[in-house]
Amino acid sequence: MENLVIEGTPKTPTIKFSPEEGKLLIQGRSIPENSIDFYKPLVDTLEQYSDGPKDATKVDIVLEYFNTSSSKCILDVFKKLEKINSAGGGVAINWHYEEDDEDMLEAGEDYQAIINIPFKMIEIEE
Amino acid sequence: MERDNIMLSFKGNVTSELLTPVLQIMESKMEKLNEPSKIKKKVYNILVEALQNLYHHLDKQPDTAPQGHNTVIFMIGKTEEAYSIFTGNYISNENAGKLKNRIEKINSLEPDELKAYYKEVLNNGMMSDKGGGGLGMIDIARKSGQRLDFDFQRVDEKFSFYSLNINIPQ
Repeated sequence: MENLVIEGTPKTPTIKFSPEEGKLLIQGRSIPENSIDFYKPLVDTLEQYSDGPKDATKVDIVLEYFNTSSSKCILDVFKKLEKINSAGGGVAINWHYEEDDEDMLEAGEDYQAIINIPFKMIEIEE
Repeated sequence: MERDNIMLSFKGNVTSELLTPVLQIMESKMEKLNEPSKIKKKVYNILVEALQNLYHHLDKQPDTAPQGHNTVIFMIGKTEEAYSIFTGNYISNENAGKLKNRIEKINSLEPDELKAYYKEVLNNGMMSDKGGGGLGMIDIARKSGQRLDFDFQRVDEKFSFYSLNINIPQ
């Protein structure tokens, strides 16, 4: 499988997925008006990856902002990862949030409550 | 909202191309005011939802809607105590009824119930073709920590004018 790299824009995050290393990074802002089109390549790639995942998959979510249009798509990404995790794929999600950003911490906790994958909340110090 | 406190106001059609610079202007204004990162993020987040609600609403306007009904207004202001975001748009009376019910449901919930409701809607698998699926208003209520202050003014037998006044305490 090939790496998936999508460069960030003012409205969409940088996405880097390396199937060989079992590493996924989503970083930046995710506030497009239409998120479904944006996240489709990642959701499709993860579906493909779930056929032969690495023993461990490390996920880093480093979002500064995300809108509610993105929140369902991010849940879709996590659901793909949950499938890999429950099949023995060993997924771990690091949810990064800036110091004092309680809304972003809470957003991570919302996902943690829904998704059956170990989450680690990591505070970014300014 | 007193005139002096208005940071930005707009009347016209909302396009994706308009929203990007509006958000950039507000971000740099808050930067200049040296707002704490916490309030800056809250206002920015809520503004994104409020403006994208306007944008998606326009997408849904029926072709039969009179021309002027694509016009929306929004105003962003600041006082010592709070930021305020005001939005207004025309809406069919049929959709006005549905929206009113949704807002009233959101307003009837306490913060912990609102959190549970957000998770329920997030996880219910329903998604509009834009991806939002009804989370925007819940998010605005949650992040502002306030009841949604709204109004529907009946224009004629087909349309109403819907306005939302969001207060974000500093």
